[in-house]
Amino acid sequence: MSRISEAFQKHKTLITYITAGDPSLVATEKLIFDLEKAGVDIIELGIPFSDPLADGPVIQASHQRALKKDVALADVFKLVSKARKKTQVPICFMLSYNLVLRYGLEKFYRELERVGVDGVIIPDLPPEESRVASCESRVADVFLVAPTSTDQRIKLIAEKSSGFIYLISATGLTGQRQSFAANLKSIVARVRRYSSLPIAVGFGISSAEQAAKIAKIADGVIVGSVIVDLLAKKKTKQALKLVAAMRQVLDVNR
Amino acid sequence: MKYSKLPDKSGHFGRFGGRFVPETLMPVLEELTEQYLAIKHETEFKKEFGCYLEHYVGRPTPLYFAERLTKKFGGAKIYLKREDLCHTGAHKINNTIGQLLLARKMGKQRIIAETGAGQHGVATATAAALFGLECIVYMGEEDVRRQALNVFRMELLGAKVIPVKSGSRTLKDAVNETLRDWMAHPTDTFYCLGSCVGPHPYPMMVRDFQTVIGKEAKVQHFGYEKKLPDYLLACVGGGSNSIGLFYPFLDDPSVKMVGVEAYGAASITNGLYGVLHGALSDILQTKTGQIKTTHSISAGLDYSGVGPEHSYLAEAGRVEYTAVNDDQALEGFKLLSQTEGIIPALESSHAIAYLSKLVPKLDRSQSIIVCLSGRGDKDAQEIRETLP
Repeated sequence: MSRISEAFQKHKTLITYITAGDPSLVATEKLIFDLEKAGVDIIELGIPFSDPLADGPVIQASHQRALKKDVALADVFKLVSKARKKTQVPICFMLSYNLVLRYGLEKFYRELERVGVDGVIIPDLPPEESRVASCESRVADVFLVAPTSTDQRIKLIAEKSSGFIYLISATGLTGQRQSFAANLKSIVARVRRYSSLPIAVGFGISSAEQAAKIAKIADGVIVGSVIVDLLAKKKTKQALKLVAAMRQVLDVNR
Repeated sequence: MKYSKLPDKSGHFGRFGGRFVPETLMPVLEELTEQYLAIKHETEFKKEFGCYLEHYVGRPTPLYFAERLTKKFGGAKIYLKREDLCHTGAHKINNTIGQLLLARKMGKQRIIAETGAGQHGVATATAAALFGLECIVYMGEEDVRRQALNVFRMELLGAKVIPVKSGSRTLKDAVNETLRDWMAHPTDTFYCLGSCVGPHPYPMMVRDFQTVIGKEAKVQHFGYEKKLPDYLLACVGGGSNSIGLFYPFLDDPSVKMVGVEAYGAASITNGLYGVLHGALSDILQTKTGQIKTTHSISAGLDYSGVGPEHSYLAEAGRVEYTAVNDDQALEGFKLLSQTEGIIPALESSHAIAYLSKLVPKLDRSQSIIVCLSGRGDKDAQEIRETLP
């Protein structure tokens, strides 16, 4: 069984996003271990890009900081390779398709497998443009479902997905928000009709209360901007505390 | 294969084009494509579009024989397709009338657009005022500064102009912000994209609305010369005026075509294969895939990407692409002003500038059509500060 599947089998899964190289690659490596200790099940590593389309101001700024240090995909492969000597926590890459194209599609997947990355999320690569047959690779292809997705699209996404399905909580960008799509529960039900994969919900979840609410309808919770924001303000302890609090409410809700 | 048959059903021009956007927008683009393809051939829509082009935009625009310019170079006859005479001063209005007619049919009340030089912003604000729709225009902060007159025009027309402070604060960043706005308001909002870039169906749809340029020019040129032109020449930023002129001639093999990029933003000349703003094309980027910022005196050409159809036509060898620098463009600007009494937009000045390289090589019996995509009033202030 893959590390991602194991994580979802254990309990309601907590996934956290951080940008690789913000504030530094060394700091990112340490954060991976610290987040795991605080109760994170899956680490989502964002690869910095000059024009991240789906991201709000917090993650855009985080990418800019990492790019000022010239962090490239090759550096993040090295980082994971090093971290893998100390941890088995599942790691997913989240990145824009242009970075994959420049690196070379085949080489990209070879490296993912070699260093031990478990899954990849490419938000601007819809399933119909995806040329990667997931069966050839052990790396999970995680696609996104949005509140606007039609049944026909959900079916297509389900067919191409492996690992888990990433459900966007509301229309819009990554970043904190007060409310989620009114039809979130019914979207989860629609996704379950086409796929037996676990469903994790992300975009804008920033408190333990919100995490608890989401965990009632989904299998996992993805937290990004709030953590990135705290890290940017050098409030690492507070970020880890929030993660631990989320872990606690998810365990109560199992 | 006929060039005019592209794109394919999924929006690809060979290995270029397609649809690379977050899932939130995918169903919206599917709906837009369906609705566009449905009305495209409707007699009623064609009639309505044609009516606005004639009575509101002022079409057909003249194909003007530039006699003094022709004499100056002593080569091929130079004809100017006078898109600068369109209402609002540039070809952009052809596309915005088409798109906002579609928006109205789809029942979308909120219109968003990006703009570089401000010409597309003004054209969108104009069409939105004409059809009574709400209009929001994203414009890079740097462009807001250098195209202040167009900002005022947009506001006068009732549009809200939002300065974009991210990245290089130019057109690329304005497109990012417009797409982000659309992701937040996918159902009630219509994105009126200004060039033949972006995800499918935009490169096809914008081209279709702009082909009126080439269709008219073909007929008009035949009236003068009783034959096809030997050359077509147009500037290329995203590439909408050039594809509008080129497209109706693509399957006429005797007609040669040249697209002129700005040297500091020459995506086809200096770019690498990649994805920007939802489509595969030639992109100015680093080896590792970070999008480069561009530098051109012309805000309308100051863009890191280019329409996928242009990338395709370049690779297929059907159209030749070249670049001229800021100084050469300024020479072109002065040249047309002083020999023909026409002040061209800085964008169009790039095409004019290339005439000095192309025309002396040609024979007097040959003819060339240059797309004069816009007028230069908007640039006068900026150039006054630049010219010695």
